[in-house]
Amino acid sequence: MAGLTLASPSVERRASSPWRETWRRYCRHKLAVVGAVLLLILVAAVVFGPFFWHVSINDIDFNATLQGPSLAHPFGTDDLGQDLLARMLYGGRISLAVGLAAMMVSVIVGTLVGALAGMSRGALGHALMWLTDLFLSLPQLPLLLLLIYLFRDQLKAVFGPEGGIFILIVLVIGGLRWMPVARLVRAQFLSLREKEFVEAARAIGASPTRQVVRHILPNALGPVIIAGTIDVAAAIIAESTLSFLGLGFPPDTPTWGRLLYDAKDYLDISAHWALFPGAAIFIAVMAINFIGDGLRDALDARRVV
Amino acid sequence: MRQYILRRLLIAIPSLLGISLVLFTVLALAPGDPFSDLATNPNVPPEVGLALRAKFGLDDPLYLRYLHWLVAMAQGDWGFSFVSRVNVDTLILQRLPTTLYVIGSAQLVALLIAIPVGVYAATRPYSIFDQIANTLAFIGFSLPTFFTGILFILIFSVKLDWLPFVYTTDINATGIGWLGEEIRQAIMPVMVLALFQGASLTRFVRSAMLDVIRLDYVTTARAKGLGQRRVIIKHVMRNAMIPVVTLIALQMPAVFGGAIVTEQIFRVPGIGSLLISSILSNDTPVVMAVTFVFACLVVLFNLIADVLYGWLDPRISFR
Repeated sequence: MAGLTLASPSVERRASSPWRETWRRYCRHKLAVVGAVLLLILVAAVVFGPFFWHVSINDIDFNATLQGPSLAHPFGTDDLGQDLLARMLYGGRISLAVGLAAMMVSVIVGTLVGALAGMSRGALGHALMWLTDLFLSLPQLPLLLLLIYLFRDQLKAVFGPEGGIFILIVLVIGGLRWMPVARLVRAQFLSLREKEFVEAARAIGASPTRQVVRHILPNALGPVIIAGTIDVAAAIIAESTLSFLGLGFPPDTPTWGRLLYDAKDYLDISAHWALFPGAAIFIAVMAINFIGDGLRDALDARRVV
Repeated sequence: MRQYILRRLLIAIPSLLGISLVLFTVLALAPGDPFSDLATNPNVPPEVGLALRAKFGLDDPLYLRYLHWLVAMAQGDWGFSFVSRVNVDTLILQRLPTTLYVIGSAQLVALLIAIPVGVYAATRPYSIFDQIANTLAFIGFSLPTFFTGILFILIFSVKLDWLPFVYTTDINATGIGWLGEEIRQAIMPVMVLALFQGASLTRFVRSAMLDVIRLDYVTTARAKGLGQRRVIIKHVMRNAMIPVVTLIALQMPAVFGGAIVTEQIFRVPGIGSLLISSILSNDTPVVMAVTFVFACLVVLFNLIADVLYGWLDPRISFR
């Protein structure tokens, strides 16, 4: 019992707000800070880069094919003499946007399913959890490939080649990744709904919706934010994998995975073509994973080790 | 124990049925019709087309078509590949051993890396070794398999010229030479998968060890005067490996995803590259069957993990 009487060092910092405390804990994780900086640089580059680098992404120049990095083309050129820096800046927007959008889909679906399963005490909860387990045992990549193979042409006809594939990829990746979020949310709901403050809310007549939205959900958000962060990385990898297998975005949309797919047949003569987009995917994914790890330390106050 | 295995088997059946239902729904919802060529072909009279549709039951209600399909799949009648003109099941049976061989060796190598590193890191948490191992593990599972594969080809095939980057089935050698070549060409695909797996397994092993190492019975074992080695290997590891078994099974879908990519990069003739090539050539029966085989493998590995779990931890099977 002696451990309880010991004053923990954080007591002296009582004045700081919870968000400040979270930020302080996050900053203690050095790699997470490095990850945040790296990701900020990448995002800034793909968002603002095209305003400073005016080379067009599909200017074909047969006098400058497969060139290594130079002043005119900092990242070199591909087999048609197109500037790789411009293509990577453009493709990066799509790769990162797919990651974010797919994460939103999986977090929204996962939170809905998890909340419903956590609040209902009957057959609905069991059925939803069975569905979650079923989705968990589906082979993700084969199913992704199958869905894209079957529905590609239809969506392309409705939303145009780029928009259709974007919607399809986001929905399919998000729709196959909501299960961990649903499980986390359900577990949080099961324990939170029995807590005294929820019971108090119930006692003063709060409707179930209000209990969930005002009282339970805000307290269950920490794990969801962490899982969502990791999901962005997983979605970026999934999109790049699809494009790398030649089944993602069409050839004229140079996402990072697509660039790698085009580059893989020229490895012996122009390695730079594969290395730059590959490194971009790797840095983005690693940065996001580090951020997720930092958030885990920062948001989960109970974790000791 | 027997009752527990039986119960697990019975749980596996509904999930297989569920997966088959999902696959069938996806196929039924999809646009396109296998007989669309017939309808537009002027040489085929419309009544022949209609008769063919009726013969294959394409105009039946959905649930009947699902039942027909399910019965056919269960009887081993998996259809006929449009492209290679062979039965789908023979095609898959030809390719499956290669995939299992690559995945199995990769899993073995991953365990050989993950267990020693994870255990050693957990015995010295937050030491220099632990921090380096942790950072490397992060890098390992942030590197997508397709990029590791390309890096390996660049380094070991293009620059150093040590290893072949195309997997061949007809090696021009016999005896020891054949075995050597076979191992040499499998090194890169196996290592790509093993590094990806090993990285996440290392973190699992470390955290599982840390969970157990704090328990009272470990302190008791130490208090009896047992050496560190004996405590870690005989007392901590045995219990810490139990959750790792489940985590390995949960990782299986990701492993198959990685296997598809690796097989495609190194042209390994397994079912992963079969899936990609049949998607690119619109060979629907093969695509469906391979997806279903992957699903069955996932369910099978989950079942094996559940049984192992019950055997390793008797508390589970008596619940």
